Amino acid sequence: MATTTTLSTGEVTPPPEVRAAALTPRSVLASLRRFARTPRVGQRQRKPQRLLFLRNTKALTGLGILVFFALLAVVGPWVAPYDPNQVSPDLLQAPSLAHWLGTDHTGRDIMSQIIVGTRGVMIVGLVAGVSATVVGVLVGVTAGFVGGVGDETLSALSNVFLVIPQLPLIIIIAAQLPSAGGMTVALVIGATGWAWGARVLRAQTLSLRKRDFVEAARANGERTWRLVLAEVLPNLSAVIASGFVGTVTFAVLSQVTLSFIGITPVSEWNWGTILFWAQNNMALQRGAWWWFVPAGACIALLGMALALVNFGIDEFVNPRLRSTGLHARSLRRRGIRPRVGFTPVAREGRP
Amino acid sequence: MTFLLRRIAFYALTAWAAITLNFIVPRLLPGDPVTALMGRMQGRIDSNAEQSLRVLFGLDQDLSLWQQYTAYWAMLFRGDLGLSFTHFPTPVADIVGQALPWTVGLVGVATIIAFVLGTLVGIAIGWRRGTWADGILPVSTFFSAVPYFWVGLITITVFAVNLRWFPSNGSYDRGLVPAFTGEFVGSVIYYGFLPALTVVLSSVAGWILGMRNMMVTVSSEDYVTVAHAKGLPGHQVVLGYAARNAILPQVSSFALSLGFVVGGTLIMEMVFSYQGIGYTLYQAVSTHDYPLMQGCFLVITLSVLVANIIADFAYVALDPRTRKED
Amino acid sequence: MSAMSAKTTTAEPVLEIRDLSVDYGYGDDPTHVLRNVSLTLNRGEVLGLAGESGCGKSTLAYAATRLLAPPGIITSGEVLLTGRDGRRADLLGLTDGQLRSTRWQDVAIVFQGAMSSLNPVYRVGRQLVDGILAHRKGMPRVQAEERAAELLSMVGIPADRLRSYPHQLSGGMRQRVMIAMALALEPQVLIMDEPTTALDVVMQRQILEQVMELRDRLGFSVIFITHDVSLLVEVADRIAIMYAGEIVEQAAAGDVYRRPRHPYSHGLLGSFPPLHGPRRELSGIPGSPPDLRRLAPGCPFAARCPHVMDVCRTDRPVLGPTAFASTGPGVATAAEDGRLVACHLHAQGSGPVPKALAR
Repeated sequence: MATTTTLSTGEVTPPPEVRAAALTPRSVLASLRRFARTPRVGQRQRKPQRLLFLRNTKALTGLGILVFFALLAVVGPWVAPYDPNQVSPDLLQAPSLAHWLGTDHTGRDIMSQIIVGTRGVMIVGLVAGVSATVVGVLVGVTAGFVGGVGDETLSALSNVFLVIPQLPLIIIIAAQLPSAGGMTVALVIGATGWAWGARVLRAQTLSLRKRDFVEAARANGERTWRLVLAEVLPNLSAVIASGFVGTVTFAVLSQVTLSFIGITPVSEWNWGTILFWAQNNMALQRGAWWWFVPAGACIALLGMALALVNFGIDEFVNPRLRSTGLHARSLRRRGIRPRVGFTPVAREGRP
Repeated sequence: MTFLLRRIAFYALTAWAAITLNFIVPRLLPGDPVTALMGRMQGRIDSNAEQSLRVLFGLDQDLSLWQQYTAYWAMLFRGDLGLSFTHFPTPVADIVGQALPWTVGLVGVATIIAFVLGTLVGIAIGWRRGTWADGILPVSTFFSAVPYFWVGLITITVFAVNLRWFPSNGSYDRGLVPAFTGEFVGSVIYYGFLPALTVVLSSVAGWILGMRNMMVTVSSEDYVTVAHAKGLPGHQVVLGYAARNAILPQVSSFALSLGFVVGGTLIMEMVFSYQGIGYTLYQAVSTHDYPLMQGCFLVITLSVLVANIIADFAYVALDPRTRKED
Repeated sequence: MSAMSAKTTTAEPVLEIRDLSVDYGYGDDPTHVLRNVSLTLNRGEVLGLAGESGCGKSTLAYAATRLLAPPGIITSGEVLLTGRDGRRADLLGLTDGQLRSTRWQDVAIVFQGAMSSLNPVYRVGRQLVDGILAHRKGMPRVQAEERAAELLSMVGIPADRLRSYPHQLSGGMRQRVMIAMALALEPQVLIMDEPTTALDVVMQRQILEQVMELRDRLGFSVIFITHDVSLLVEVADRIAIMYAGEIVEQAAAGDVYRRPRHPYSHGLLGSFPPLHGPRRELSGIPGSPPDLRRLAPGCPFAARCPHVMDVCRTDRPVLGPTAFASTGPGVATAAEDGRLVACHLHAQGSGPVPKALAR
């Protein structure tokens, strides 16, 4: 019964171990922490749950935007109206029919820069996200599964990486490299950004390890790696996905930031490079909003899309967060205000 | 007090790791910045300073790695972070020491304002779910998705360039002499307003979302139902029972996301040319001033650690389960 | 009859639930988790509410006090509470303020999870005191604290435990604290929702004995919710058995135990070892409770019932007198009046009642 499940979830605050598992997108982590305690859906129920995820409008919107940018990343150089490096006599032009998003101080087309730059952003996000997730899964699942000294060491390692400010670390590493191209930056981000994924995964694995079906498989004498691949990883998929999305967000923001402060080669187009040129050529003081607003808006849009996907995962994982606003209008019509502690009464046909 | 002891051991480990990382990074990467500098500074560099730079960058080929490492620690204990290349021969420690108070002031105050504001708003919309207040969510999602520095660019455009309400860069009126006078303090606040506003705008969203989600979760805990069953007044249930517990994970996530928040706010200093650590780091990066870069990183990391320790104390004060009384 | 309870029951109703229906979900297709449940609690009585988990027994208690969490919604019914002054008020029609002042003062609840019912960050004393002060405006804090100390010693906990945090107490102690807290304002009705499930048997017994003793002394009425019918037989005066969001049988505790009239009650009694008396084989009930989201017409127990008839699959039985009541077709006995059962076997003209249900 639904009442019984909601009312018997045990203590609010997880033990310090789990409690501290928070970093970047805080909401996501907060829910993942809770996820560790939410009764999990059994294998049998998984299918309808997955459909539920796709029914989630937030997740769908986010995925739609992601697909759009991914396509742009692939076909960018062919659909861009100009060569992003091509100077022209139209210096610092406001948006016009010829240049939809205007031009920069040397007459280069800004829309083309954005379109061509999409690839750089997406690739770094993907590579950094994948590499950080792989490291995170390896460290987290291993720590959770082996326990003991191995666990202590790996947890300490990920905690250290959690507390050390990543962006400054990435900056000093990238700045000391002879050339910090997109791939290098992606790998540096991946190498430093795995910790929070690892931490959440460890907590998850720990709780999974004690579940009946894992215990049962263990008792049956299954090999550890098979156990991990067949029983543990599939049950961690939501957490891994959420961690991946979070890392991609962080990677995109970091890379754009690095480009903005001029650490990555300025000839390599991405949205941060555009902002670098804008900042260094007084776009703000000259009122050339078209130079820095669209690039920033693209970053924001991509970030929003990723956040929406993560909300989707979040609500999928933790039903309590699902908005009751779905039926907001009909609720208001029936005079229902859903709240804790005062169950609404809607006696049909009575005042 | 075991909880605190464990935390302190952990911070010692983290500090050691950060310092060691700082020692290793330049050794792993190619290049010999010191020799290049020596060439430029021909004869104007004293042998002591040269020695500490060599230690910093591992160019003492005749020393074993362990000897280099101990020499590095010895330097740190003397407070010697090497000499800045660009502001030669000013010690890095001096430059960093001048920049740090500005950052602590700006980023510290702005982060605390954002945390408090975000937590309060989060309590409100987490408690009154399904009302208009949920409309704040998409807005805050947007702000949590944009890079801090871009928000900075926009606020400069709007408030400094177009409206001319605030200066677009700097940390105080250059016509004033830094002193503890009302005029100077006023100028500092005036110049700091826009960067602080930007930090608050960019980071408040995360706290709102985090607190809102914790409130939603805590609201369905048994003791909140008990509080309702006891007939406690609404505000007592919300603040004393729901929010009082929801704030615990919020505080620990505050501690852990400090590194992230500080990273973002440092970039803000770069946008506003605000004379803190972030701006110093930016200048060091653009002039390839490696010792300064490393010094900045070390100080940033150690400051974040200190902030973490403070947050942990706050946590212990808030959660009786971390204290051993019996 | 009941081992621990004295017979002080009068027929004066203190809490009367009429026709209560509860849905889960605000959408177009909610789950009907309670369907037209009526139940009366008399003054001084211990009323047991039993059934498998998910049958709606807790939902009934929470809905009646309007504590049911979203997305629960009450769609029909009345919950009439007779005040100390004899006036009756419908809890479902009260304003928030009125409801708040009724709560704890008239109806107090001991929740299922003692572990999670106490606010982990406040000392026990503070949690006792705030409940008292919320209803006793103007009472000095010191006096409320004295009262709290008194309450703790009443349930056998030394008063210095007021300074303890919940995590410093054992499970049994926490549950006693909850009971002390619930009795703080001497409520008329005490609802206990599986109050001892998480405790070991010895502790369970101690706590129950204590509650019953307090009831004799203070004279409150109790709704006792549990899945453990044999425990209920020990403490309750009357028992209502719930199944799939409905009450299927209601009778005096001993009657339910010795002479169950509903096949589900019979099965339920067979799934617990008796605390006293001869051993018997545990039978249990085959199958599992129906999915409330997809409830077929007819009797919800039909699929698991050993005595199922054709009519059970088409018509839903309503709560009424048994076949043995003076109005019924069977051999009437005086004790049989006042018993209620929702089963077609007891309807007129449905043939002889199976032997197991006709004792």
